[in-house]
Amino acid sequence: MTGLRRALFVAGILLVCAWTLVPIYLVALGGIGGAATVYAWPKPFWPATLSLSNFQAFLEIEGIWPAMLRSIEVAVLCMLFSLLLGAPAGYALARFAFRGATIYRLTILMTRAFPVGILALPLAVGFVRLGIYDTAFGVALMHTALALPFAVLVTASLFLGIPRELEEAAWVFGCSGLGAFRRVVLPLAIPGIAATAIFAFVISWNEVFAASVLTVRHKTLTAYLLTLLSEAPLQSQLAGGLLLILPSVLFIFLVRRYLFAMWGVASR
Amino acid sequence: MQPSALRPYLLIAPSLVFLLLLFVVPLVQTVALAFDTPSGPGLGSFARMVGDLDFADALRNTFALVLCVVPLQLAAALGMSMMLRHLRGGRDIVLWIWTIPLGISDLAAGLVWLAILTDKGYLNTVLFELGAIPAPQSWLTYETPGVLFLGILIAEFWRATAIVFVVIVAGVQLIPQEYEEAASVFGATAWQRFRRVTLPLLRPTIQTALILRAVLAFEAFAVVLAIGGRNFPVLVSQAFAWQYQNQNYSVAACYAVLVTLVSLAATLVILLALRPRAGETV
Repeated sequence: MTGLRRALFVAGILLVCAWTLVPIYLVALGGIGGAATVYAWPKPFWPATLSLSNFQAFLEIEGIWPAMLRSIEVAVLCMLFSLLLGAPAGYALARFAFRGATIYRLTILMTRAFPVGILALPLAVGFVRLGIYDTAFGVALMHTALALPFAVLVTASLFLGIPRELEEAAWVFGCSGLGAFRRVVLPLAIPGIAATAIFAFVISWNEVFAASVLTVRHKTLTAYLLTLLSEAPLQSQLAGGLLLILPSVLFIFLVRRYLFAMWGVASR
Repeated sequence: MQPSALRPYLLIAPSLVFLLLLFVVPLVQTVALAFDTPSGPGLGSFARMVGDLDFADALRNTFALVLCVVPLQLAAALGMSMMLRHLRGGRDIVLWIWTIPLGISDLAAGLVWLAILTDKGYLNTVLFELGAIPAPQSWLTYETPGVLFLGILIAEFWRATAIVFVVIVAGVQLIPQEYEEAASVFGATAWQRFRRVTLPLLRPTIQTALILRAVLAFEAFAVVLAIGGRNFPVLVSQAFAWQYQNQNYSVAACYAVLVTLVSLAATLVILLALRPRAGETV
């Protein structure tokens, strides 16, 4: 590449980075700049004062703390359910050639053509009957339906990447099937499984629609923020937005090595 | 049957049972609810849905949003993944930054763009400094539907292009370098290589990316609500209003059926439009 083309290329890369980062910076400015920044006109592009007063005001809104804790509770449950249900199926797809494996895989892929989140509408009715409406457990079940197909496909590719010979060697040395899995396969698969778990967590943490439909008084953070849209002052909304974004940015950083392997696999 | 032959079935059984209970059953329930009216089974709820004041707007807005944003995202993702191929240093950090939106909730994305587009927001500040407007101006009302639509479009584009990008990059990594090198040897320009070699080989990947993205775009909800409020009805926000505010589960279910049918139809169209052509082996 010539010098000019190289410069244009680098400028393009940086432009896309800025396109992603600048909006986050601006909302962060609203979050940490104090109430004055939010209502200032014209807006400053750097914080005049650093103050956590917006955050404080946001956290003092009634119901925010419980909502945040509930979001974490739901996301952890969703993570556990997705792994406990998904990883065994992924292992089966990776290790056994069984009748129906293709159909099973297609079924999992097919769920993608459906707007799964919208199924929360009839579930709300069923959940009332079962007594799990407006509970963290109920929302977590719904979120698991969103995360499970993903967990199955990703763990399948994960286990596929671990040579079968290692497991067979463990059998030769007297390990049971489960023992070999626990001592040989699991340690190798742990980083990928952790990435899958984080992804399930993020899916749940970010989900708005189903969480809003399935709760009334015990709302998750996203669902609660949605009800605040028309009521809370703007600076509190921005602080809430920032609070939603920060964990996601961290999570994506943690799973970045697995992102492409995950989606590459999920797309076949 | 030997116990080991049963093992894979035991391993997939829990997930199958779960999907049956939380995917198939609610799907059937949705349809049942939609046809269940106070005066017995019938099309009454569908009639109410169609007769709803906002129905036509919601339908039009949803389709306009999907048809505008998804092709834009595909083009941007293709461009970004081609840029990434030529990147030497700093690949790791660039990838991280470009995929950050993947972890951002649609509600948070809506709030981010609300901060920019609101009356005393950053967009108006820039316009003011440039002398384009004399004072704060409202963009997100029903009086400026064009700008409102554009704002929601930009927010969706900002948030959800990363998912298309990741799928495309994963697909690009599967293409052997030799094809392009061969084209290069025969004198193909960069554009020709992209158009005639890379793009056809990416067809299955593009198919997946489009299906994933289109289905999610038909479900757009929190971004729209955060930026447009009630000024920009879409199908899912209507479903939410009927379920939550009007407590009419049947009409809400009708919207759910409609969104499901539209998503399935979109999937079918994408599958057919990008099916392998006769004589192709890749």
